[in-house]
Amino acid sequence: MTTTINAAAAPLPSDASYPVAATKPRQGRSRWRSRVKTTGFHSVAITLSALWFFPIFLVLLNSFRTNSDVLRNGVAAWPEVFVIDSYVTAWVNAEMGRAMVNSLIITIPVVVLTLLLSSFAAFGLSRYRIPFRRTLLLLMLAGNLLPAQLMLIPWLKIAESSGLYDTLFIVILIQTASGLGFYTFIMYGFMRAIPVELQDAASIDGAGVLRTYWQIILPLTRPALAALGALSFTWVFNDLLLAITLLRTSSQFPITAAVLSLLGEFSAEWNLIAAATVIAAIPCVIVFLMFQKHFVGGLALGAVK
Amino acid sequence: MTQIAPRATTNRRRAFFTPPVVFALVLVPFTIEAVGVFYPAIQGILLSFVKWNGIGVAEPVGFDNYVRLFTNDIVFYGALGNTAIWLVLFGGLSFALGLAVALLLQADRRGVSVYRTAIFLPMVFSLVVTAVMWTSIFQPRGILNDFLIAVGLEDWTKIWLGDPNTALYAVIVAALWRQIGYVMVLFIAGLKAIDPTLHEAARVDGANVFQRFRYITLPQLRGVNLVIISLLVIDSLRSFDIIWAMTRGGPFGSSELLSTYMFSTAFTDRQLGYASAIAVVIFLLAIGVIISYLIRAFSETKED
Repeated sequence: MTTTINAAAAPLPSDASYPVAATKPRQGRSRWRSRVKTTGFHSVAITLSALWFFPIFLVLLNSFRTNSDVLRNGVAAWPEVFVIDSYVTAWVNAEMGRAMVNSLIITIPVVVLTLLLSSFAAFGLSRYRIPFRRTLLLLMLAGNLLPAQLMLIPWLKIAESSGLYDTLFIVILIQTASGLGFYTFIMYGFMRAIPVELQDAASIDGAGVLRTYWQIILPLTRPALAALGALSFTWVFNDLLLAITLLRTSSQFPITAAVLSLLGEFSAEWNLIAAATVIAAIPCVIVFLMFQKHFVGGLALGAVK
Repeated sequence: MTQIAPRATTNRRRAFFTPPVVFALVLVPFTIEAVGVFYPAIQGILLSFVKWNGIGVAEPVGFDNYVRLFTNDIVFYGALGNTAIWLVLFGGLSFALGLAVALLLQADRRGVSVYRTAIFLPMVFSLVVTAVMWTSIFQPRGILNDFLIAVGLEDWTKIWLGDPNTALYAVIVAALWRQIGYVMVLFIAGLKAIDPTLHEAARVDGANVFQRFRYITLPQLRGVNLVIISLLVIDSLRSFDIIWAMTRGGPFGSSELLSTYMFSTAFTDRQLGYASAIAVVIFLLAIGVIISYLIRAFSETKED
């Protein structure tokens, strides 16, 4: 809509019914007023964005400083010189490289498995008559809303008794199981909206259940898959609680846990910690920028229906 | 994506026959969730009735853990109080500020997507990354203190994370920085769903900005509000990573939440039964919200 807010001053109903017309010929005073408004909007928005970006800027700045510079001038100074040494040290000596690999070993299978399994469940529940299907769906969603603290000790027990404690495998299993409900619920909403005629046509042509799923329904849910895939990537990649509960050896740590132990061990080397932090943030930023639209849409999907 | 099909009638035809493989497709994921979530959840509740250090034999103690929790544990009450503060400040402020930013950035105009991205970006960082960034800001020689000195407020400088009076609030600021963009996105989606003719009609009738916000925007957002409030309550009660990374609940328990207290009771003190009782308290605090969320979800899945 136009930026004319004061209805009393505007020359009336025509303004409301022909919004385009209102932007064109305008009296000097209201044009001036709208210009002030636009400037006001941008200055508030720019200030806010700059304020929001500032912590990111600061960590980037620190990551390019030398340690002696940090020790001499504190964590809030402009770099004496810009160097990338901290990144090299973080990646090699502080084992961020290995931690990154661990994170990806956990995250990628979890994303693939949850999308696959939840699309199975959503497909069955949304396209066929299954007794108690809504109860099943809601039960699965409920499982996703439980606070992790309730399951934490039993998860550790399961890990220990199965001999999988301190392995990435158990983290993958539990991450997968604990995310399923939410993804199934969202996929269900998507698949329900696909016209049943498509499926009928497929079955008349002799396609079985699995073929219908793979060739008809799944391709149509691609936007949902992209959104949930991007979201779950960041959620799983960013997890700390499960990792520090189920893993003990630091060489098994994903990057979140590795950065945290760096913070404890090298508390004076802020340049190193900053570089490790930037490294830990990069994969999710890439995923976000690649899937930005899906990402934001996916979040809204979960809440606003 | 929102294709509306005449499924109400056609779906019924499917009633006769469901191929067995469909049951497998549903039951495999369901079983995985049952084994990986429901069974541990029940175990978690049962564990709250035993005394156990994780190595020896678990000794049944009835309600003793709960009795001890509520009659003989100051730290627990501290954590409960901090969790309430967290809920009100973190939950409440991310709601209010998220709505405010959404109102500011709701219209699609030039540059707005850049602003939205800037506010939303922290959401993709892990809470550990967020914690590190803000820990450096709150350092004794960090930028916050430098700034205060520069503007002549030396008396205000503090060791923000080392002072029992400020630690919790410093962590809340960091958590808000990450959360507000998320709430903003949800509100923008909600605001976009409001029929613009409502606003136009009110404008024609002479309603000003505040009247339109009060009598159109707010009532129209009611459904979205409920969802956001439930998500924020559940999120607040679960919050763990950022506190653990910034303060571990310290100094002197001043930023201890139920979630961090549960974690250190379980894995530092090895009092697994007692820690389970704390986890059950967290669960009971969340259950009302979980149920109301589910009721909403349930009514949406109704076949229309």
